[in-house]
Amino acid sequence: MANHSQFGFQDASSPIMEELVEFHDHALMVALAICSLVLYLLALMLMEKLSSNTVDAQEIELIWTILPAIVLIMLALPSLQILYMMDEINEPDLTLKAIGHQWYWTYEYTDFKDLTFDSYMIPTMDLPTGHFRLLEVDHRVIVPMESPIRIIVTANDVLHAWAVPALGVKTDAIPGRLNQTPFITTRPGVFYGQCSEICGANHSYMPIVVESAPLTFFEHWSSLMSS
Amino acid sequence: MAEDIKTKLERYKTAPFDSRFPNQNQTRNCWQNYLDFHRCEKAMAAKGADATPCQWYYRVYKSLCPTAWVSGVSFVTFCPRRHPPA
Repeated sequence: MANHSQFGFQDASSPIMEELVEFHDHALMVALAICSLVLYLLALMLMEKLSSNTVDAQEIELIWTILPAIVLIMLALPSLQILYMMDEINEPDLTLKAIGHQWYWTYEYTDFKDLTFDSYMIPTMDLPTGHFRLLEVDHRVIVPMESPIRIIVTANDVLHAWAVPALGVKTDAIPGRLNQTPFITTRPGVFYGQCSEICGANHSYMPIVVESAPLTFFEHWSSLMSS
Repeated sequence: MAEDIKTKLERYKTAPFDSRFPNQNQTRNCWQNYLDFHRCEKAMAAKGADATPCQWYYRVYKSLCPTAWVSGVSFVTFCPRRHPPA
């Protein structure tokens, strides 16, 4: 989850999110370089250290055409690499459905038995000490760790969106449409997210909690929940 | 063939990748398997044949389709007379 006044991303817990964080760092460095250069030139100009009485500037024209093209390529290549990586064909081990309602989520695991449950936010007055306000839910989404999972997101009434920043997932929940997103959790843990599409009065109060656990724990939990 | 389908059904984990529906929108995938299951059952019943192969479509649509869609609870339902999803 995010901490107070957090500035950067949450720790990546899926391979795609790791790639996105690295790309973001790279893009930010490029942006820093460009801004530093512009600031330097601005300072020079203000100190009147840059004078120009040239009428023919072939060399500099060449430099400030080629250099930006190189910068754009440096940004485009990793960006497209990640885009295509996100689009790779994967064979999931598990399909999980998330259905958005006003104002809670319903999760269904129907590959084998019919496991369905609702996930409501725990109201602040009922929250045990030390738990996270507006983020905890009564029933978490348990998934087996390090397994490719397909999540199908839809909604029952209005638009919602299922998002978990630590996993790099955000998918629109649209009534009448099934949106598929794959993800893999690289480690066990608890990952928080919030509804990301305005859906009415309690839009801010329908969080998502994904708990990634070893397969045996997941199997034990799902057999307990199904019975 | 029936032997193969039985093994395939035993080894079923979840709906596999379907190259007919490679993108994010899986609505048609759910609808198609739902349709295929009911058509298969009907065809097998008409021929008096074993309907076990139809179970594949059943498992796939059960994995993909929200329960409410197939049970007629939600306003979005698979009513045979309506137009299928785009």
